[in-house]
Amino acid sequence: MFTKIMVPVDLAHAARLTRATQVAAELARLYQAETCYVAVTAPTPGPAAHNPQEFAAKLEAFAQGEAASHGHKVSSHSVVCHDPAVDLDHALLETRKEIGADLVVMASHVPGVTDYLFPSHGGRMAKHSKVSVMIVRED
Amino acid sequence: MTDETTNQGIPEPEGESDIIQTDYEIGQDNFEGSLGPIGFDIHNPVFVVSGATIVAFVFYALALPEQSTTFFGWLRPAVTAQFDWFFFVAADIFVLFCLFLIVSPYGRVRLGGVDATPDYSYIGWFAMLFAAGMGIGLMFYGVSEPMSHFSTAFGGSNVENGVRTDWAPLGAAAGDEAAAVRLGMAATIFHWGLHPWAIYAIVALSLALFTYNKGLPLTIRSAFYPIFGERVWGWTGHIIDTLAVFATLFGLATSLGFGATQANAGLNELFGVPVGPTTEVVLITVITAVALVSVVRGLDGGVKILSEINMGLAFVLLIFVLLVGPTLAILTGFADSLLAYVEYLPALSNPFGREDVNFSQGWTAFYWAWWISWSPFVGMFIARVSRGRTVREFLICVLLIPSLVCVLWMSVFGGTAIHQVIADGFTGAQDATLELKLFKMLGELPLASITSFVGIILVVVFFVTSSDSGSLVIDTITAGGKVDAPVPQRVFWCIFEGAVAIVLLLGGGLAALQAMVISTGLPFTVVLLMMCWAILKGLHTETR
Repeated sequence: MFTKIMVPVDLAHAARLTRATQVAAELARLYQAETCYVAVTAPTPGPAAHNPQEFAAKLEAFAQGEAASHGHKVSSHSVVCHDPAVDLDHALLETRKEIGADLVVMASHVPGVTDYLFPSHGGRMAKHSKVSVMIVRED
Repeated sequence: MTDETTNQGIPEPEGESDIIQTDYEIGQDNFEGSLGPIGFDIHNPVFVVSGATIVAFVFYALALPEQSTTFFGWLRPAVTAQFDWFFFVAADIFVLFCLFLIVSPYGRVRLGGVDATPDYSYIGWFAMLFAAGMGIGLMFYGVSEPMSHFSTAFGGSNVENGVRTDWAPLGAAAGDEAAAVRLGMAATIFHWGLHPWAIYAIVALSLALFTYNKGLPLTIRSAFYPIFGERVWGWTGHIIDTLAVFATLFGLATSLGFGATQANAGLNELFGVPVGPTTEVVLITVITAVALVSVVRGLDGGVKILSEINMGLAFVLLIFVLLVGPTLAILTGFADSLLAYVEYLPALSNPFGREDVNFSQGWTAFYWAWWISWSPFVGMFIARVSRGRTVREFLICVLLIPSLVCVLWMSVFGGTAIHQVIADGFTGAQDATLELKLFKMLGELPLASITSFVGIILVVVFFVTSSDSGSLVIDTITAGGKVDAPVPQRVFWCIFEGAVAIVLLLGGGLAALQAMVISTGLPFTVVLLMMCWAILKGLHTETR
C-alpha cells in the first residue's frame, strides 16, 4: 500500500518521538516500505549540531539507529532553511514531494487554543499534503 | 528509546575548522514550556531581565511623563559632554582595526572553515542589511544632514564666553560657498562612511567567526569565549547579551521615532494630515501591525521580500532625482565630496581638543552611539551573509561597498538640495525642519506629488523592515542563540519595539529617544572594544 514513508523528526528532541517513530517503523515493516527520516535545520549552530554537514550526519546516524532497533529499510534527508520557526511546514511539504513519499507519519501535540493562530506542523501537513498523513499524539 | 542524537552537548570537532570545545549545550539555560496556551523557548536570565526592564521602563515613562521628560532632557547632553572623546576614540580604533585585519595575514582566514564555500550572493542580504540598518536614517538625513552642515558651515563660527555656540563642523567656512559645500559633504560622509560600517563589521566578523568557525551559539556572548572562557555562559555572558538587547531595542525605537515624525511631516505636506503625537502614535501602531505580519511570515516570506521591494523603490527614487535634478553637478559633486572626505577625515575623527563642541557632541558622538546601538542587529545580518568568505574579502566588501552607496545617496539627495540653494536661490529645504527637508527638495522637482508619496511609502516600509528584522535579532539573542524559537516570542518583541517608540515619543519626543540610544550605546562601546581583542585571539588559532 505504501512504498516510502516520510518521518519528520526534531533532532534536538528525538527522544520525544518514540510513539511516532515506532508506528512508522512498524508500518514500514508491514508494507515493506522504506522509511525516510527528515529534519530541518538553520545554517547556524543549533542544539543538535554545529553546522548543516554535522546535522546531516547525525540524522543519518539516527536513521541507522532506528534500522538497528526495528530492522526496516531507512534513509535520511536533511533540509537547510533560513528561518525554520516559520518555514518549517513549507520545507516539509516540499521535501515530501522531492523524496516522493506516499505516507507521512509525524508526531504532534494535543491541540490547544493557540492552534487557531499558529497551527501545528502536523495539522498544516495534513491540510496541505497530497498524500496520507498520520498524526501520532505524543501525550 | 534513547539515542546519541538526543545528547545536545557540543560534540567532538569535525571537519577542518577549529571548533571550541565546551560543555555548554545550546539551549541548556532555556525555559521551554507554555504560558497558558502560548508556547515559548527563552533564555532564562537574558529574556526575563531585558523583558522585565523594558516593560518597567515603558510603564515608568507612561506613569510619570513629566519626571521622565526632565530626566531624558538632562541625560543626553550629560553623556555626550562627558564621554564624547570615548566614542571618538573607540570608533577610530574600529576603523584602524578593520584596516589592519585587511592587510594582515589574518585576512586569509576563511569564515566557516578552510573548505567552506559562500552560501549566499550578496544582493539579497545587502538589501536586507541596508533596509534594516540604515533605511530610515537615509530617508531622514539624506537631504537634511548635508543641508544642515552646509548651512552652518556657511554661517561661520560664533564664540560666546570662549565656547562655540554654532553647529558648524570644524572651523566652519564663513561666507565661502564652495568650501561650505565641501565641508558639509565631508562631514556627512564621515558619519555614514567607513566609521559606521567598521562598527558593524566588528560585530559581524566576531559573530561569524565564533558561530561558523568555533561552533558557538549565534549570540553576542559567544565572541567573548576567548576572554572569559566558560564564564561566558554565566552572568558575564548574561550581562553582555542583555546589553545587546537594550542597545538594539532603543536604537530601533529611535529610528522608528524618526520614521514616524518624518512620515507625519510628509503626510502633512501632501494631504494636510495634522502634525502631532496623535498622528505619530497612529502611524507607529499601524506600521507595527504591518511589521507583525512580516515577522510572522518569517525571514524569506516577509522580511526579505519587503527589503527587496524597498531597495528597488529607493533605487528608482535615487535614479529619478539623479536624472531630473542637476545631474552634472551631482556627479562632479560625488567625486569632489569623496576627495573632501579624505581631506577632512583626520580632523573630523580627532577625539581631543575639539572646538566645534556642538557638532562633535551633538552630531558625531550621537551618530557613533546610534551606530553602536544598531551594531548587534546589523552585525547579525552581515554575519549570516559572510559564511564562506575570507576575512579580507568580507571586510573589504562590508567597509567599502555600503560606504560608497551611502556617499552616492547623500551626494544625490543632499547635493540636489544644496544646488537648489546655490544655483536657484530656493531656500525652502534649507529653512524647513529636519523631517521636512526631503519633501521640500522633492517639491522643486517634476512630479513632486508622486515622488513625495513614494518618499512617504519608503519611510513607512523602511520602518517596517527595521522593526521586523530587529524583532528577529532580539528574539535570537533572548533565545540563547536559537533561531527556531516559537513565533509568539517575535510577536512580543515586535509589539514592544513599537510600544517603546510610542512612550519615548510621548515622554520627551526625539530627545528622549536619542538620550536612550546614547546611554545604551555607551556600555556597549566597551563590549565592542573587547570584541576586537577577542577577534584577534579567535583568528590566531585558525588555519591561515
